[in-house]
Amino acid sequence: MGPVRPGAVDGVIATRGLTKRYRGGQLAVDGLDLTVPAGSVFGFLGPNGSGKTTTIRMLMGLVEPTSGTARVLGLPMPRAARTVLPQVGALIEGPALYGHLSGRDNLLRLDAADPTADPRTRRARVAAALERVGLAAAAGKRAKAYSLGMKQRLGLAAALLRPRRLLVLDEPTNGLDPQGMREIRTLIRELAADGTTVFLSSHLLDEIEQLCTHLAVMARGRLLAQGATADLAAGARDRLVVTTPDPVEAARVLKEQGAADVTADGDRVTGEPPARDLAEVNAALVAAGVRVRGFTLRRASLEDSFVALTGEGFDVAR
Amino acid sequence: MSRADPATAVAAERGPAPLWTLGLLRSELLTTLRRLRALVLLGVLAAVPVLIGVVVKVRARGGGSSGAAGPAFLGQVTDNGLFLVCTALAATLPFFLPMAVGVVAGDAIAGEADVGTLRYLLVAPAGRTRLLLVKYATVVVFCLLATLVVAASALLTGVLLFPVGELMTISGTTISFTDGLLRALLVVLVVAASLIGIASLGLFVSTLTNSGIAAMATTVGLVVTAQILDQFPQLHAVRPYLFSHYWLSFADLMRDPVYWPDLVHGLGLQVLYAAVFGSAAWARFSTKDINT
Repeated sequence: MGPVRPGAVDGVIATRGLTKRYRGGQLAVDGLDLTVPAGSVFGFLGPNGSGKTTTIRMLMGLVEPTSGTARVLGLPMPRAARTVLPQVGALIEGPALYGHLSGRDNLLRLDAADPTADPRTRRARVAAALERVGLAAAAGKRAKAYSLGMKQRLGLAAALLRPRRLLVLDEPTNGLDPQGMREIRTLIRELAADGTTVFLSSHLLDEIEQLCTHLAVMARGRLLAQGATADLAAGARDRLVVTTPDPVEAARVLKEQGAADVTADGDRVTGEPPARDLAEVNAALVAAGVRVRGFTLRRASLEDSFVALTGEGFDVAR
Repeated sequence: MSRADPATAVAAERGPAPLWTLGLLRSELLTTLRRLRALVLLGVLAAVPVLIGVVVKVRARGGGSSGAAGPAFLGQVTDNGLFLVCTALAATLPFFLPMAVGVVAGDAIAGEADVGTLRYLLVAPAGRTRLLLVKYATVVVFCLLATLVVAASALLTGVLLFPVGELMTISGTTISFTDGLLRALLVVLVVAASLIGIASLGLFVSTLTNSGIAAMATTVGLVVTAQILDQFPQLHAVRPYLFSHYWLSFADLMRDPVYWPDLVHGLGLQVLYAAVFGSAAWARFSTKDINT
C-alpha cells in the first residue's frame, strides 16, 4: 500500500467526538473535535491534567478511545497504525531510553522495530538523525550517562529517523538550556518549512507563540478553542495602562473618554482603549489636572487569551 | 542491480520486508543479553557446574565415598565427566535455571513499560502481535541459552577434572562416548523445552503490570510455589499439571532404552502452558492501554 495523502478537508489529524473514560469513571477526554491542517505548526495547549497526553496517546494508537473516532493522515487510528505510524515521528511525554545501550544503539533498535524501515540504510539514517540533533559526538556513550537535555535530543532524533509527514512533539524543549531550546526551535521551523506538519504540545506560551501557525486549547478534557494563532490572540483585547498619583480622577477621565472596563489598582489605572486617537486621551487627562507618570498600551499576549479561555493561570510548573 | 541512492531509498515507502521480524528479533536478543542482569544470571549458571565439579573432585581425592545424597548422577561423575552435565542440570533445574528464565520473561514487557520504551517501540510501529512474538522467541532462545551455558560449563569442567570415555547408562548398559554426547545434547534440548512453561507464564505476568520488578518477583515466586505444591501428596490431582512436575524426568534419557512416558507427558505439559499463557498474554497485550 502506498502512502495515502490526506484530503485537504480532512486535516492531518481529525478527531470526532473523541472520548476516553478510564476505569474508575474518570473522564480524561470528552468529545474532542480536533482538526490539524496539513502543513501547519499546531500548538496544543492546556493546563496539567487537561487531557492532552491522553489525546496524543489515542492518536498514536497506544490508548483505545472509549468512543468517537481519530483519523491520522486520513486513516483511522488505531486500526491503520501499521500504515500511519511509519510516517509519523513522535516524542511522547519525554524521552525513554535503554540506559545500558549507547545513543546510537537506542536508535538502531527503534528503527529495527519499524517493519517498513530499510535495514540497508539504517546506519546512515541513524547517523544523520544524531547529527541533526547535535548528538554525533556522544553517539557511542551509554544513554544512562546522558543529561536530560541529551536524552531529549535523542528522543527527537528517534522521531527524525525517516522523513515524516507528521511530527508529534510533546514538550520538545523540556530540559534544554536556552541555547538548546533555540536550536530545537530552529530545527522545528526547518522541518515545517519542508512541509512536515508539526503537532506541538508545550507549556511555554512564548514558544507556542513563536512557532505555531495554529493552536488548540484544552481544559478539563474539553477543547475550548482552536484556530489560527493570530485569530485566537486577537480574541484578547489590548489594555491601556496609565500610571498616576491621581488614580480616582484618572479613572473618571478615562471613562469619559470612552474606555471600557476601567479598573484602578494602586497607582495603575487600566482599561480597554477607546476607539479614538490615544494622544487625545492623554491630552484630556492632563487637561483635567491628572499627573501622568506613564501612559502605555500593553499588547494582548497569548497568555491573556489563554487565561480568558480557561479562566485559570497557566500551570508553568507543569 | 544498481545500488539505490540512500536518500531516494529512504524517501520511497516500502512495504514490510519478508523477513520483517528478524531485524527486531536480533535487536531484542542483543538488548536482552547486553543487560548486566542477564549476564550475571548466565555467569551464576556457568559457575554452578564448576563448583560441583571441584567439590566432587576434592571429596574423591580425600577418599570420601560419593554417597547417595545430592543431585542425581553425583555418584557417577567421578567415573565419567560427562555425567557432570546431567548433575549440573539436575542441580540448577529446581531453582537457578527457572529463576533466570523467570527474570528475563517477567521483565520482557513490564520492564519496557516501566522505563517507557514500550511506547516508543509501539509507535515505531513494532506492532503488538509482532512485538509479543519477538519477546516470546527471545525468552525461548534464552531458555536454550541458559541450559547450554550450564551444559557447556559442566562438559568443560567434567572433561578437565574427570576421566571420560564409554559410559554406563542408568540401566547398566554401556554406550560409546559419542553416543553419550548425543544423549547429553538431547538432555539439553529437553531441559530447555521444559522451561517453556515458566517462560510463557512469566511473559503473561509481564503483560499484567507496568513494573518490571513486580513481574520478575511474581514469576520467580510462581517457580517456588509450584515446587512447594508438588511436595504435597494430598494434591495428587493437581500435581501432574504443575509446570515443574516432570522437570527431572530428563534423567530417563540416560536409560537404555530411553524411557519415554514421563518425558512425553512433561513436553506435552509445556506445550499446553505455552498455548494457554501465550494466548492469554496476547489477549491482554493486544488490547492493553499503554499509559507509561
